[in-house]
Amino acid sequence: MAPRTDEESRWFWEACARQEFVLQHCVACGVIRFHPRTLCPACLSAETAFVRASGRGEVYTFTVTWQNQSPAWRERLPYVLAWVQLEEGPLVLSNVVDCKPEAVCIGLKVEVVFEDAGEGLAVPRFKPFEGA
Amino acid sequence: MSILAEAGLRGRAAIVGLGELAPTKKPEGRTPLELISEAAMAAIADAGLTRGDIDGLVVCPAMMQYSMLWPSIVAEHLGLSLSYMEFVDLGGATACGMVARAAAAIATRRATTVLCVSGDTWDPQGMYLKPPPLLFPLRDFTVPYGAAGANADYAMAARLHMHRYGTTSRQLAKIAADQRKSAQENPLALFYGHPLSIDDVLASPMVCDPLHKLEIVLPCCGAEAAVLTASDRTQDLPHPPAYVLGFGEALDPDPFQREDFLTTPTVESARRAFGMAGLGPRDVTLAEIYDCYTSAVLIELEDAGFCHKGEGGPFVEAHDLTFGGDFPLNTNGGMLSFGQPGLGGGMTLVLEGARQVMGRAGPRQVRRNDVAFVHGNGGTFTEECSLILSRER
Ligand SMILES: [Zn+2]
Repeated sequence: MAPRTDEESRWFWEACARQEFVLQHCVACGVIRFHPRTLCPACLSAETAFVRASGRGEVYTFTVTWQNQSPAWRERLPYVLAWVQLEEGPLVLSNVVDCKPEAVCIGLKVEVVFEDAGEGLAVPRFKPFEGA
Repeated sequence: MSILAEAGLRGRAAIVGLGELAPTKKPEGRTPLELISEAAMAAIADAGLTRGDIDGLVVCPAMMQYSMLWPSIVAEHLGLSLSYMEFVDLGGATACGMVARAAAAIATRRATTVLCVSGDTWDPQGMYLKPPPLLFPLRDFTVPYGAAGANADYAMAARLHMHRYGTTSRQLAKIAADQRKSAQENPLALFYGHPLSIDDVLASPMVCDPLHKLEIVLPCCGAEAAVLTASDRTQDLPHPPAYVLGFGEALDPDPFQREDFLTTPTVESARRAFGMAGLGPRDVTLAEIYDCYTSAVLIELEDAGFCHKGEGGPFVEAHDLTFGGDFPLNTNGGMLSFGQPGLGGGMTLVLEGARQVMGRAGPRQVRRNDVAFVHGNGGTFTEECSLILSRER
């Protein structure tokens, strides 16, 4: 289940393997972007700072998937897909894990967990936020 | 007045021939190219023309026979000699985009008579022919989460709509049930002879909560073709024309980053199409709106201007959406009841819009067939294309 990577994105999944959720911050216009890419989609500047995100956010919307016959996902059914709005702004698609699907709702506070994907990569998923 | 409305494209071309194959669940030993050719010949004959009359060709990807040089491959198969050829790749907006390009090519005299043809096979077990690779960053950031298809995105759109506006599963299910009623007058539809109630939809298995199995389109095999010609060349043809009064497109490539996920580029594509036609949503007497999912229909209805944002649920509840109803919608059954032969799925809606406007819909003919709004939606509400078809110029 390792993600497909290329030159523009590999560093993101490698950072996840170091337990870091890293976002790109455009030095020229200030926009924080996701998914990773060389040029800022807002202003096309390539001048980029990399910022470590808090890894916290909340569920913007979600779905419980009950049917997926691909071998990798069949045994995880039912699983929760969600768009998580990060504290830093961007929306990211991921899964909400470590809880029952019926516990997930729009607005649920979540925090990142990293799942090893081999090959020096990891995939970020989210679990309900338990911190103070 | 917009630039598009001033461009002199309004009503210059018309749909004059229709070709549609009965969809099948399996390829039955046939290739996309075979199906496409058969639908194309049917449309040319329906227009009362021969292939020598065709000087423009618009095609689109067939997933199960994906190849470079596709326009010339199709042209070679059909023995066409062309002054204009085009390949359109806009997901679910493709069919409307094909017709828009054909109409523009005719208006600008690049061609006089254009064939638009699309079709595909579907065979997930056998993978009868290889599907094309999908290599792009946005997808790379969905596959690791188990969201390889579009189901999850349209489910999450439905969820957000319910949360924000109180939309119910019954309201969404009514779209599928009303369309299925119309499909009972369409012998070509995959679900002809299989009536469906709202309760049946809600009792079907949950696929991606809150979307049930019967709210999700079924991919199938088939092909669809339309012939367009210049409006001033239609008088001697066998069927009345469906004039292309307006078309409009809009793209917002990343649904994650737009201001509001539930407000889609359909707002702009419809505004542009209506602007060119000099009409508005109130002038529309039937609608053929891309129905890959019930939630897609609901949101497109709102953004095209048939009701306000958030009122799609009460709107579909208040109106009879069948061909005999007060808001005829997806009168061939829509893709939800007809089936989705690849990108030909969108073309089934174009053909039905034209068929109704021409007065050729037989037992499911709508009473008022003056103006059809036809809409295609690609990606996750990313590419949108709208058409206005009319009985009168
Ligand atoms: Zn920037």
